[in-house]
Amino acid sequence: MTDATVAGGDKIRCDACPVMCYIKPGAAGACDRYANHNGELVRVDPHIVLERTVSHGGRLVPFQAGGDWDGKIVHEPNVFVTAIGAGTTYPDYKPAPFIVSSEVDGVDMVTVVTEGIFSYCGVKVKIDTDRYLGPETATVRAEGEAIGHVTTSEYGSQMLSLGGVHHLTGGSKKEGRVTCDALMDLSNCKPVELTIDGGATVVVQAGYPPIVNGVAEERMRVGCGSATIGMFAKQWHGKVDEVVVVDDHITGVLSEHQAGKLLDIPDTGIKMKGRRSTPGRYFQVADPGTGWGGTNISDPLSVLGPFNPKEARAGLTMLMVSTTGEHAAYYELDESLRPIEKQMPPDLKFSVERIQENCEPALCTVLFMGGAGGSLRAGVTDNPVRLTRSVKDALTRVTSGGAPVYVWPGGGITFMVDVTQMPAGAFGYVPTPALVAPIEFTLRLSDYAALGGHMDHVRPLASLRDNTETRPMPYIPGRRA
Amino acid sequence: MKRLPQIALLSDGKRLHLQDGPIDLVIGASGNEGEVRAAYEAAARRFNGLLDELCEELNELRKAADPACSALSGVVARRMHAAVAPFAAGHFITPMAAVAGSVAEEILGAMLDAARLDRAYVNNGGDIALHLTGAERFAVGLMDRPDHRGVMQTINIEAGDPARGIATSGRRGRSFSLGIADAVTVLAKTASQADAAATVIANAVDLPGHPGIVRLPANELQPDSDLGARLVTRAVGALGEREIDDALRAGVGRAQQLLAAGLIEGAALRLLGETAVVGSTGIRASALPAFRGSAPVGVARV
Repeated sequence: MTDATVAGGDKIRCDACPVMCYIKPGAAGACDRYANHNGELVRVDPHIVLERTVSHGGRLVPFQAGGDWDGKIVHEPNVFVTAIGAGTTYPDYKPAPFIVSSEVDGVDMVTVVTEGIFSYCGVKVKIDTDRYLGPETATVRAEGEAIGHVTTSEYGSQMLSLGGVHHLTGGSKKEGRVTCDALMDLSNCKPVELTIDGGATVVVQAGYPPIVNGVAEERMRVGCGSATIGMFAKQWHGKVDEVVVVDDHITGVLSEHQAGKLLDIPDTGIKMKGRRSTPGRYFQVADPGTGWGGTNISDPLSVLGPFNPKEARAGLTMLMVSTTGEHAAYYELDESLRPIEKQMPPDLKFSVERIQENCEPALCTVLFMGGAGGSLRAGVTDNPVRLTRSVKDALTRVTSGGAPVYVWPGGGITFMVDVTQMPAGAFGYVPTPALVAPIEFTLRLSDYAALGGHMDHVRPLASLRDNTETRPMPYIPGRRA
Repeated sequence: MKRLPQIALLSDGKRLHLQDGPIDLVIGASGNEGEVRAAYEAAARRFNGLLDELCEELNELRKAADPACSALSGVVARRMHAAVAPFAAGHFITPMAAVAGSVAEEILGAMLDAARLDRAYVNNGGDIALHLTGAERFAVGLMDRPDHRGVMQTINIEAGDPARGIATSGRRGRSFSLGIADAVTVLAKTASQADAAATVIANAVDLPGHPGIVRLPANELQPDSDLGARLVTRAVGALGEREIDDALRAGVGRAQQLLAAGLIEGAALRLLGETAVVGSTGIRASALPAFRGSAPVGVARV
């Protein structure tokens, strides 16, 4: 470790070596190894040896301990020493030249001049939780800056749409920088704390459970409250008189529900709050929140009115459970028809556990989405639209860091990729601000010929691991459509 | 804590990696096994303390070079000055423009003093000093991206060729550039000469006053930059084919002057996907279709 002295204007003087660089906040020193991160001298570990192995998921060997991977494709048998990664974690580094020394195609030394940059990009975040994160279209913030919004929720999940050119370049400088930081961290599978206007604070990390207001989510719900009634009605029949499945969306009531009716379950005189949709299905029994079943309640009885004495009777049994089985309570009505919590009988406990068992682990998933415009295509063929057509016709396979992508129908090459499928540290960052992301085009030689490709250049492909193998085409920088 | 340079073999067990501060060398040598070992040991010995030696004169090295004389005393510092001196009369240039090539040359020299090698190279972040004998040759690839297989162009250098140095400069490099070239790769008799010339030619690839080019004072980005408040290129917006041709042509003009003056053996200039080549030394066409597009008049295409 090394010390640094703070000089004027938040510059720091690095004493890692006798060059003694003055480094501005957000910048790296002459070596690209040490940077000024908020006034602190940090190591950015640009030096990495990347061992490419023939097999998939090949071994990666850090050259210096503590370095993060630069995230290059790992399918080929060569060793690279790169200068990549120097600034990818920190703003305002000098991108490239990414000088690479390797022996590729019988070439002794290789000079690399560029990398692919996406300014039209963002991430779609799926957060497996029924807890209320915030209203649709609410602004999502990181470090107080708007970086995206809450979008339409999906089954058992809340969805965020983050980034995009508007936040990256359309707002203040800080907004762009924070957005870029958040996108890069999310894409590199690092945790990011997000706050939602009028809603929750959630820590999102691809491949991990979300942490909502400090509480880690464990499970996705098995279904909405009504669906849960349908799924478990038979198992409850004969063991309990009434079941209420508390859910922010649709709370289910066994005795009134179609499933209960089919089992001839008698009325219980239960009185639900909220708005009845159809028999046994209630909307808005409480406000959204992070309590039972995505509501704001901690006492489930608060969604009930008084029991109707015409149908209710003392000793009537009732199970109340949330859609994940995470919350459950068992009650019996006393002489005055008030529900009194009692110890839950084993067979009902079993049914609660069954609900839990049927809930999948809650995860955050992050899809990076970016648009590759004319620039990529221009590097591949004189007639760029042919590449687009080739992609659409599924002749050319698009991958990102070697991971499969979904290419949107329609114009251009707009793709989505699951960031957990990509090599660690696959994403970088330039001060534009824009994300640096890998994208590869792979196609059969015969298809490349048909595309009008330059066959002389393609010849080295024959030396790849089998002759039907394909090659990625270089990305030509600067010619953005 | 005493700073120690990093000295290690790369995982292929053949190439030597030396790193100290901003100096980062990858070294390869072939010949008798004992000779290679002796050469690597000599490289490591010379490397130890080299950065301190340079830093003793760092203030002087960061000042504009005087074309006629120099107060520098270190052997590497003097080599840096000698490399930039031919350019110093007409333009601002500091010896720092040749630091990488000069260091590479110094280490290669130490290796060759200690051992007999068939072939060797010292690659200092893309600025490369070469040694070639007999029928040995080098193939040097220019590549677009590190994560993609395949090289765009190959430069072949044989023992009979005069070039023993290769350097690349451009706005995407680790050093700042006054020009807009993505990369200018230069072959010259020595690595220090190639380094200085690549800087000069890359600076010449430019469209002065173009509104799409973002330039910032170098010392706003790096407070102690030897370029002071001179404007360095930070971003290049979309350029038309005509503009790319104009910018490349300006660089090609400068490169041809240097070629005629015997300061370089050849150069490849890249800007936004277009490549122009000056001199014919060993540059083998290996083009993608995109590079066969409209050629500026009088410039060889690869």
